Amino acid sequence: MTTTTLAVLVPLLPFLGAAAGLLLGHTAPGFVRPLAVLPTLAALVLAAIVAVRQGGDATVTAATELTPTGSVPIELALYIDGFAALVAVLVGLVATCVQIYSTGYLREDPRYPSYAALVSLFTSAMFLVVYSGDLIVLLVGWEVMGICSYFLVGHYWETPEARAASLKAFLVTKLGDVPFLIGLFALATDAGSFRITRVLATVAHGGLDHPTLVALLLLAGVAGKSAQFPLHTWLPDAMAGPTPVSALIHAATMVAAGVYFIARLLPVFEASSAAMVTLAVMAAVTMVGSGLAALAQDDIKRVLAYSTIGQLGYMTGALAVGDRGAAVFHLLSHGAFKALLFLAAGVIIHASGTNSLAAMSRMSHLRDRIPDAYWTMTVALLALAAIPPFSGFFSKESVLGAAEHITAGHTEHAPGATGWIVLVAGLLTALLTAAYATRLWLLAFHGRGTEAPDHGRQPRTMTVVLWVLAVPSLALGGLAYRSLPDWFDGNDLAPTLTTSVLGTGVALAGGLVTYAAWRHLTGLAARVPLGAVAAHPEGDAGLVEAEAIATHAPAYGDTASAPDPADPGRLLLGPLHRHAAVGFHLDAVYRALFVRPVQAGASLVRFLDREVVDTYVQGAGALPRLLGAAVRRAQTGNLQTYVSALLAGTVVLAVAALLVASGA
Amino acid sequence: MTLAQAPHGFLSPTGVEIAFLLVGLVTFGAALVTVTTRQLVHAALWLVVTLGGLAVEYLLLTAEFIAWVQVLIYVGSVVVLLLFGLMLTKAPIGRSPDADSGNRWAALTVAVAAAAALVWVVVDAFRATWIDLDGPAAGSTEATGASLFQNWVLPFEALSVLLLAALVGAIVLSRRAKAESSSPPMNSRAATKSSRTVTESSLPVPDSRENPAEQEGTR
Amino acid sequence: MHLAYPAVLSALLFCTGLYGVLARRNAILVLMSVELMLNAVNLNLVAFDVWLSRTAEDTLHSGQALTLFTIAIAAAEIGIGLAIVLAVHRNRGTADIDRLRDTAEGHESPAADGPDSDTPATGTAAEKAEASA
Repeated sequence: MTTTTLAVLVPLLPFLGAAAGLLLGHTAPGFVRPLAVLPTLAALVLAAIVAVRQGGDATVTAATELTPTGSVPIELALYIDGFAALVAVLVGLVATCVQIYSTGYLREDPRYPSYAALVSLFTSAMFLVVYSGDLIVLLVGWEVMGICSYFLVGHYWETPEARAASLKAFLVTKLGDVPFLIGLFALATDAGSFRITRVLATVAHGGLDHPTLVALLLLAGVAGKSAQFPLHTWLPDAMAGPTPVSALIHAATMVAAGVYFIARLLPVFEASSAAMVTLAVMAAVTMVGSGLAALAQDDIKRVLAYSTIGQLGYMTGALAVGDRGAAVFHLLSHGAFKALLFLAAGVIIHASGTNSLAAMSRMSHLRDRIPDAYWTMTVALLALAAIPPFSGFFSKESVLGAAEHITAGHTEHAPGATGWIVLVAGLLTALLTAAYATRLWLLAFHGRGTEAPDHGRQPRTMTVVLWVLAVPSLALGGLAYRSLPDWFDGNDLAPTLTTSVLGTGVALAGGLVTYAAWRHLTGLAARVPLGAVAAHPEGDAGLVEAEAIATHAPAYGDTASAPDPADPGRLLLGPLHRHAAVGFHLDAVYRALFVRPVQAGASLVRFLDREVVDTYVQGAGALPRLLGAAVRRAQTGNLQTYVSALLAGTVVLAVAALLVASGA
Repeated sequence: MTLAQAPHGFLSPTGVEIAFLLVGLVTFGAALVTVTTRQLVHAALWLVVTLGGLAVEYLLLTAEFIAWVQVLIYVGSVVVLLLFGLMLTKAPIGRSPDADSGNRWAALTVAVAAAAALVWVVVDAFRATWIDLDGPAAGSTEATGASLFQNWVLPFEALSVLLLAALVGAIVLSRRAKAESSSPPMNSRAATKSSRTVTESSLPVPDSRENPAEQEGTR
Repeated sequence: MHLAYPAVLSALLFCTGLYGVLARRNAILVLMSVELMLNAVNLNLVAFDVWLSRTAEDTLHSGQALTLFTIAIAAAEIGIGLAIVLAVHRNRGTADIDRLRDTAEGHESPAADGPDSDTPATGTAAEKAEASA
């Protein structure tokens, strides 16, 4: 088969799997698991073959126009360069791991068939976004991901948190998608085509009339999808979904789509320095803010969610300094270790029966119950904190290196200010990242107090994938940083000495400070009892997690934080902790700015409809009703009256006809 | 045709005309009494006068066969049937104050207007037309019979079928339904709705027991 | 003889019958009025038949044939009509046309009898049935 055929099969197989899963889910339950895992696995294999065949050389493009579609043609186009090939492999790997993990995680869930089908559809949509060479086809995948995330985040729709979170995720991403769509149209109007190749050719010739406007409009959609400030608020709430979904959304699919999209169309953004500065500021605010917020979270998954936002900030920062190679490199390594972190967190929640770090810190021997999760999560947290030689170190250093390269001033792509913004924010975030990674590790695995409950070994499907993902988390960066430039633009991705020393230094400092704080507070934890565990510890992991999420707010007063004085994050953040725990009140601001006015407007419209419009409607009905009552009085039922009227009319007509006929 | 086209004055009464006019006045007067009298049985009797008067008019128009048929069928059977009907519905003997409905004035208006229009039209159209009544009678039994069985035999036979159908229909309609005394079928809808109709529907039961012989007689 | 005489008599008889149909309350009197109207038509048919048989030498005698048919049909009509009136009387206890108001909306409420019911509506049917017995 040609590379093109293989590439077409990659999005198609999970899609067919999803369709078959939805159709057969209830009639043939035996096929559900194979239908969920095998198409995704096949897609992974095909994506790997495509990547090998493409080999970072010439871009594979193919296009076919199904039917004329007006002034700007829409084509089914493929555009596979090195970025697309590698990102597709990552998507396939993470999706396969998630599907295998889900068979164990949700093994007793009655809605597993539809869940697995939606995950397959989600994967298929991401493949479509990755491989598509046409912006409208890309948009199709983009929107399918949006609706799939709505359904998957709301998987536990019995709980109000899940319902609210799914709605919020959908609305916030859609809020970004509207300007995104307009931006796509503006771009295509300037370029005369939706094909990425033609758009890039137009940009190269300076044919773009309004580069800043287009770039900012597109940026809104990217901020929504990739959870960048100020549209990031849906991502922490989306933790109400099952953990494998979080892994899928955070590691490889939805949030990666935004970064990947900018990487594809980076020349469009580079055409406008205002857009690049905006991108840099957005990345910096996102990075630092999410680092602070992550340090204050109590829910283990919310910590990871804020860390995802922060790592995405690194990627957009790399894009803001015009180095998409570094951005996609970080996307790949982050995808691997973030998927691992989420899947391991799922195991932890299942084993401990709670998602609260405060409760875990009062639980000893948790690491002995789940050694697989302990060791793999340690690897992943080291990668997250960018400690050499784990993969996160190399990718993050490439970002910082690119920023440092810009600050030196020798560039034609990005303004020098962006370099400084990204570099300073990146270093600060490195400190924070190491701090919250250490805090997570210490609180989760080094708790003291009652012994953790023993629920037996975790399902093999759940532990094996952790080790599978641990391999790239450990070694991807170190092995790949030399060969990746061949696949990408050719920029050097090797860590530079200055940033390496600086980055690793602040990371170590962050970790050590957190450790010191934890040591300082460790006696306090025993004196303040806190925590609640799930009511059905023997249920499958999905059930335990759903109960843990549902009980967090009643048990600790808030979905995000817990009143735990022994939390090192509380000591480190000081007065900032209260604000960081609620995401710096952004939700409250949105509520005051958007939700309340909309609700007030709705009640106003309701009032107008009830009291004003309806009055006219009823008035319009009153006259016919009066006429009807009058006419009804004539219907006495007396046949003689009827016949009298009939004959009277006949006589009148006859006389009239006679008069006319006789010419009178 | 020379006779028919011969000039006749508008007011040149012949003997036949005078007779026709007098009988016509009697007929019309009897008809008026028929529709205005307050005594129901008298109305039927005045109807006999009207129909008899019409038979005389047919004779004057030389339609003798029609005249005898009129006397036989209308005066002989239809009026008798109507009298039976009055008896069976217990029509009051003597003056009944409400023989006319409240629709009287509307009916009068319509009738007078229709009469004025019709008379006007008819007089306007036929005031100079003359019927020649001399010569052989136009409606003798021979002429009528020949015409009926030469030209009109098929409608005549069809009419016999119609009469049979009417006969069967009348029997079916006047037969009492089997379970009628327990649930009157025509009244079942109204009986559920008001007490008034309940009292009505309870009435026919003793009523029907009183005069079964008469009911049988009508069949 | 003037053709106008039978024609005018016919018209007057027809309108008399018309008045009876519209004004009479008892169903049998209405049937009588219908007979009057039919006879008026018959008179017209006969008169014009006689006129045409002379003036136009018409040998078909359609007028007289139709008159015979009308008489036969009238006999059938009076039979069916009386059967219906009897059935109504048996079921309702009345043969009054203006009491048969099932087609009117809300006819069952006594107050809705209309302006022409000059006796109190409640129980009139029963009273009248007894009075006429």
